[in-house]
Amino acid sequence: MTDTAVPARRLLHGSEAIAEAMIAAGCRFFSGYPMTPFTEVLEHMARLLPSVGGTCMNAESELEAVGMAWGAAATGTPAATGSTGQGLSLMQESLAEITLARLPLVILDMARAQGDYYQATRGGGHGDYRHIVLAPADSAEAVTLIRLAFDLAERWRNPVLVMGDYYLAHTARSVTIPGPVDRAVPAWGLDGSSGGSGKAKLISFLGSAKQRDDVGYDLAAHYADCAAHTSTMSREVEPLAEVTGTADAEVVVVAFGTPARYVQAAVRELRSEGLAVGTVRPITLYPFPAEAVARAADGARAVAVYENNQGQMVDDVRLAVLGRAPVEFIGGLSLDSSGFGIAPDLDVRVLKERISRVAAS
Amino acid sequence: MTGFVPTDRPPAAPARLVDDFTPALIDVGAHHLCPGCGEPVAMRSALEAIDELGLTRRAIAVFGIGCYTAFSNNLDVEVLQALHGRAPSVATGVKRARPDAIVFTVQGDGDMVSEGLQEVLHTAARGESVTCIMLNNGVFGETGGHMSAATVVGQRTKTSLEGRDPVLHGRPILLASLLAHVDGAAYVARGLVNSAGNVARTKKMLLRAFEAQERRAGFSFVEILTMCPTGWFIETEEAPVYLEDNLAAVHTPGVLKDEVDR
Repeated sequence: MTDTAVPARRLLHGSEAIAEAMIAAGCRFFSGYPMTPFTEVLEHMARLLPSVGGTCMNAESELEAVGMAWGAAATGTPAATGSTGQGLSLMQESLAEITLARLPLVILDMARAQGDYYQATRGGGHGDYRHIVLAPADSAEAVTLIRLAFDLAERWRNPVLVMGDYYLAHTARSVTIPGPVDRAVPAWGLDGSSGGSGKAKLISFLGSAKQRDDVGYDLAAHYADCAAHTSTMSREVEPLAEVTGTADAEVVVVAFGTPARYVQAAVRELRSEGLAVGTVRPITLYPFPAEAVARAADGARAVAVYENNQGQMVDDVRLAVLGRAPVEFIGGLSLDSSGFGIAPDLDVRVLKERISRVAAS
Repeated sequence: MTGFVPTDRPPAAPARLVDDFTPALIDVGAHHLCPGCGEPVAMRSALEAIDELGLTRRAIAVFGIGCYTAFSNNLDVEVLQALHGRAPSVATGVKRARPDAIVFTVQGDGDMVSEGLQEVLHTAARGESVTCIMLNNGVFGETGGHMSAATVVGQRTKTSLEGRDPVLHGRPILLASLLAHVDGAAYVARGLVNSAGNVARTKKMLLRAFEAQERRAGFSFVEILTMCPTGWFIETEEAPVYLEDNLAAVHTPGVLKDEVDR
């Protein structure tokens, strides 16, 4: 075997591709608690991390999982944790404070259906903070976005959530894992060595300034810093979206994640049948690609939103469209009893009917 | 003649102020905890132990949430502030990522026994090479005197006005006693800080606990019974005796397990 400069394409399950992409992105600490459809990511990390000198913890609950990731992240070690939306509910208190402590962390949300859009994009916990949220539509894109997630987390010292789903986790596809990156240990990372010098480091969600001549934290100053950080980050992180056929579109359909692929298939068929339909697929759910949606809505008769939930992203679409066109929700709940979103609802024929109805109205 | 202070003439040197005793690893001489609180002396004992063992430049403290959190931003060792109940798993992440650091938590009984019991149990069971320090005053001091899982039977709090009643409120969890039975724990001790002698004995426990971590013997745990006259609704000067008669009568002091040399 010769060492090849070009990484090979390999057929990998989504979970395995995500695990390999995390390790290539520099992740050296992972903690999680088994839960479908997140479990296989944990399995692969447990298998792969030790070989690169990393640590994977099968935590005793999601509370411990996020706590361990918090501790590792505070040392400047590229760290990640994750679960499904249910497990992330348990983690929210810590995730909120990790953000206010200005720590980088990658959070995998292998969600069931799309009912956790609000949880993912609104933070889900207490306090004034935002997470950057990336939503791949397939495992090849997930590999790219995992790398971006670690880059953004490091750059902004802020958690980045990657929202996947059952399909992404369990579907095998040919992917290329990029070469490894080395991440330098940041100066703020704890290792114990700054004690005894008068400059001992502090990482706290209550404030980063040490008090030398007074007691207590200056919470007002800290929260003002955090607000300024969130504002800058929200403005400067580039919103991403995949846009197709919107220039002449009478109807624009907005969808994200795996269901967006079904929407794109339905729209391709409708196009070939002569209906002028375009699509916008938000790739960053936060910051939301409002401009891309607004531009697509300009000149369209209607904007339709398909999600596998009762209608959550539709709020963000309405805010982006700002009355340029009527916004109609054409999604719906996952109908399978397991809640994974593998429902009759997610069907190209059904989608074509719903989009056609909007076009005809 | 060291230690002998003649009283028949003025002292040769001016009296030493409390500030002169500020331990090396606490940046601010003052604290805003209540008069008679046992937490500052417990905190100081832990830092003195770190200092004496030469671990100052390797120590990382992980703080929980309670009155003692007042110390989290004025120590001269590295500090990571965790949430109420969550310090043991946060400390686990730190230690796994930085195995050469000396990692210890500072938590209260509300934090560790009420909110975060499973965290400390699992961390002990894993034999995690960290030291957990619990400041146990049997009450939620910071919120103003409410019943915790370590409150002793008969103890009056704002949520057990007639005293903790086993029928209504159950009985306290004796955490050190519980942890002594966990295989992963190498050192488990319970001290108290209501007298100079007991402070000295408690500090020896802290030294031994850090030694256990340094030698990777397993999980180490020191519970320190501390005075909380405010949360006990008694006079400040009564607190040391109250602690002895009430808390220490149930949460019995002593070294419960020492397998550091095993």
